[in-house]
Amino acid sequence: MPKINSPAELSKHKKEVRERLYGQKKIRIRVHMGTSGLASGAKTIYEFFREELEKRNIEAAVIHAGDMGYSFAEPTVEVCLPDREAVVFGNVDKIRADEIIEKYIKNGELTDGILPANYRSI
Amino acid sequence: MTKERIQIMVCGGTGCTGDQGDALLDNLKLELEANALENDVTVVKTGCMGLCSMGPNIKIMPGNIIYTGVKPDDVRDIVSEHIMKGRKVERLLFTDPGSEKMLSTEKELSPFRKQLRVVLRNCGIIDPENIDDAIAHDAYEALGVALTKMKPLDVIKTVKDSGLRGRGGGGFPTGTKWEIAFNNKSDEKYVVCNADEGDPGAFMDRSILEGDPHAVLEAMAICGYAIEADKGLIYIRAEYPLAVARLNTALRQAREYGLLGRNILGSNFSFDIEIKYGAGAFVCGEETALIHSMEGDRGEPTVKPPFPAVSGFRNQPTIVNNVETLACISPIILKGAEWFSSIGTEKSKGTKVFALAGKINNVGLIEVPMGTTLREVITEIGGGIRNGKKFKAAQTGGPSGGCLTEKHLDTPIDFDNLIAAGSMMGSGGLIVMDEDDCMVSVAKFFLEFTVEESCGKCSPCRIGNKRMHELLEHITKGKGVPADLDRLRNMCHVIKDTSLCGLGQSSPNPVLSTLENFRDEYEAHVTAKKCPAGKCRDLMEYFIIEANCVGCTACARVCPVGAISGERKEAHVINQEICIKCGACMEKCKFDAIIIQ
Repeated sequence: MPKINSPAELSKHKKEVRERLYGQKKIRIRVHMGTSGLASGAKTIYEFFREELEKRNIEAAVIHAGDMGYSFAEPTVEVCLPDREAVVFGNVDKIRADEIIEKYIKNGELTDGILPANYRSI
Repeated sequence: MTKERIQIMVCGGTGCTGDQGDALLDNLKLELEANALENDVTVVKTGCMGLCSMGPNIKIMPGNIIYTGVKPDDVRDIVSEHIMKGRKVERLLFTDPGSEKMLSTEKELSPFRKQLRVVLRNCGIIDPENIDDAIAHDAYEALGVALTKMKPLDVIKTVKDSGLRGRGGGGFPTGTKWEIAFNNKSDEKYVVCNADEGDPGAFMDRSILEGDPHAVLEAMAICGYAIEADKGLIYIRAEYPLAVARLNTALRQAREYGLLGRNILGSNFSFDIEIKYGAGAFVCGEETALIHSMEGDRGEPTVKPPFPAVSGFRNQPTIVNNVETLACISPIILKGAEWFSSIGTEKSKGTKVFALAGKINNVGLIEVPMGTTLREVITEIGGGIRNGKKFKAAQTGGPSGGCLTEKHLDTPIDFDNLIAAGSMMGSGGLIVMDEDDCMVSVAKFFLEFTVEESCGKCSPCRIGNKRMHELLEHITKGKGVPADLDRLRNMCHVIKDTSLCGLGQSSPNPVLSTLENFRDEYEAHVTAKKCPAGKCRDLMEYFIIEANCVGCTACARVCPVGAISGERKEAHVINQEICIKCGACMEKCKFDAIIIQ
């Protein structure tokens, strides 16, 4: 990786990675994999999404992130469909993950277990 | 994907479902069916939307329109107007009390939410193992600003003006600490990140390190620039393997980009960070003990002054800052001191992350502006007490803190108010207790922790706490006498006044505060020999209610000590002298004939 040698290069790099990571309209799935998430089985869910989306021919980026703090509802998964607000699903097991793919990702239809954003951010 | 279908989200948070239960949800489904719309509109119940004070709330998509204060009878209008005709039901929109404007969308209502994420801004959002994702979310931008546009003293002034106080428990002004280290000239200075999180029930620091490690690395570099240090150390316990792994990845990536190392971002400033592992001793969260542990000595505290900012690691000026404190730094540099100091109360600025644990519905991490009340935290954000039980107390500050009771529910939470209430902010663990918790046992639990964690260097802490624990043990076993309570109180004060470090000085707090707030419970233990919460096993008695007992003999057969006697088909009796209070009989009884008294 080339070094970043000035704040100007940093903002150029920021622009590039923003474009690369978030520029395209793409389905993005974030599995929250901090200690709480992993302890509740987030790894299985992460692998489930990777394998199943490929099997079902759905192009999506499956990302692992830290926990959002919803320990009472782990594992949690955030699904961001193009042009839609991100939706967080809680208590995701394989059955619910399957439902998320079939109902929400394929048809945009909400399912049970949604944790709406209950905070504001900077 | 075809045209977006209409979907209704009904808030299922405790605040919204409250008395009405699921009536709103049921009515909505019925109303849709009555209009033959059930196949066109999806209705789902969701978690809390964070707008509890306006509830019950529903959100309709597309459009993200939020209706507030919706009663079960309002669904008719919603279906006939909004769903069928596409017109907003204005009377159900929220009116901003300030501007008197009607607010309807998610975005407009967001400022009314109780939670504000500053520290947790990127947690769960970015991939912590991909520095590019962090950079896309503003990481290292503040470092660039500091290095090129600010002098070290400007950075210190900004942090000072922001009013940021240490989040590890002490609440010492961070900017002042940095200033002291800056003024102590030396070729060798150190920035230490204190990631030795040890309070029972607290996991804020762990989540930050696991979710957004770059926030901490960047802040350490900024601090290094401000105090003219070129070396950073992260002291973390080996029990946090995931946080350690992610920190190591983050460090490697930051070095590859030249964001750590020599001549950062083309400037003259060089800074690198090393990880030091602790074995997980509670006392090592105390800064002098932490420094000794890093130097390879026993993790024992020494008397301050000299403060580490004057003479710390290897006797050089050292800044020890908590993870959460550091995570506040970048936003302060980017958005300014004024922005940060506009959040919070007069003397406590910014936000605080709390780890909610115990008998609360929504266990987890929350971040609220300083000055949010305990009631808002517990009933709104935390979703209330589990199983509809009654709130009894909340323990803040872990084993060094105290408990807050019902009368403190409306106190704005900040550093000073918590101290005035006999507790302390601590690192942010908040353990909620309900009516079934015995406060004497709670005090005993925390003291047990301190006894275990005492380093043994000074006798008040080593021997005093042990003695106090024995007294509490006595009381919970029913062997206490009324004079024990005054003895306890005396010991608390002696230990507080004579212990060497913060651990000892604060260790009697849980006892003192429960004695203060729940004296009647202590008295019940020592005079009537009863535990009002029914927790202390030795003070309980199992009884068989004659009227309910059918004489099935199941209890007598399961009793391991043969304390239950009685003829078949006749009421049985428990011999209290023999009973060991194991509860096996109660579990076995199918007729609810056995009770605890």
